[in-house]
Amino acid sequence: MKYTRTAIMLHWLVALLIFAAFPLGVYMHDLPLSPARLRLYSYHKWLGVTVFLLAVLRILWRAGHRPPPLPDAMPRWQQAASHAVHHLLYVLTLAVPLSGWLMSSAKGFQTVWFGVLPLPDLVGKDKALGEALAIVHQSLNFALLALVALHVAAALKHHFIDRDGVLLRMSLADRRNIS
Amino acid sequence: MMRLILSAGLMLASLLAAAAELSAVQLDKSSIAFVSRQMNVPVEGAFKQFSAQIHIDPARPGTGRARIDIDLASIDAGNDEANDEVKGKNWFNVREFPKASFVSSAVKPLGGERFEASGMMTIKGKTLEVHAPFTLKQEKGILILDGSFPLKRLAYGIGSGAWSDTSVVADEVLVRFHFVLK
Repeated sequence: MKYTRTAIMLHWLVALLIFAAFPLGVYMHDLPLSPARLRLYSYHKWLGVTVFLLAVLRILWRAGHRPPPLPDAMPRWQQAASHAVHHLLYVLTLAVPLSGWLMSSAKGFQTVWFGVLPLPDLVGKDKALGEALAIVHQSLNFALLALVALHVAAALKHHFIDRDGVLLRMSLADRRNIS
Repeated sequence: MMRLILSAGLMLASLLAAAAELSAVQLDKSSIAFVSRQMNVPVEGAFKQFSAQIHIDPARPGTGRARIDIDLASIDAGNDEANDEVKGKNWFNVREFPKASFVSSAVKPLGGERFEASGMMTIKGKTLEVHAPFTLKQEKGILILDGSFPLKRLAYGIGSGAWSDTSVVADEVLVRFHFVLK
């Protein structure tokens, strides 16, 4: 049993964008003020908004399509841990971009998606709030990094140690090629 | 005698005309702000310190004249880092050019409450002509001028070097002014 084609595409697309946005965020943060930095900040924000929208789509899709069951042989605690991590990942794929969007507004920079679509500022310019949201955005990102590491480690363990086909449920390869 | 009365009358008339012409700019209620576009994101800024001499008579706007001097080091470009940057050589170079000025002696009516002041704007040693449309509103004892005009920053050399890339910071900056006269 595999995830649906839509769920698989959304999963890998969101993963790819997060793998681009995260290091970009770490890198640009320490740059001195320059045109290049302004450009990278915008790219980072565009990626973040895109992740948020895809995550919303993904969660809506997930609500209507149950994921394939985990192997019966998997211990109860591992199944519970798997559900917990997946739910937290869903929460963070929304919360991380959301905190970035709010932080940007509080720092006085509106988010204009792809330089075309302006997003409303949900909070006004407020220096203290901006600094607090920067800490929130950073903390949520470190939490996301830890969870993604756990998620990847678990997937690899399933694939190479348990050899139970759990990773292949999310494989981009055609379903005929895996069984 | 007749001539004396006549000249006294003329003097009185000109005194009255001067009284109708409000010119005391209420600096604490006035503002000079701007909106730049960075990666197409509108970013607001302002100049906190400026002096303004504005003479305008709503009945005879054609006689209007103005001189505005802006203390460029008083810029608020959005945050501390940007403030440091824009005072530097690539931007306003405030050490060498501490002030920008606008001098106008031409105001033409555009109909109703709308007018246009034309004048010379000097920034970083460069003087160019500027046309600034504004509205003039009279409210019990005060005059309120509100207007805006687009300014091409690169024409004045504002934001040179790497910053001249207009795909990051647009050439056109919208300057907004609000003056309250008493």
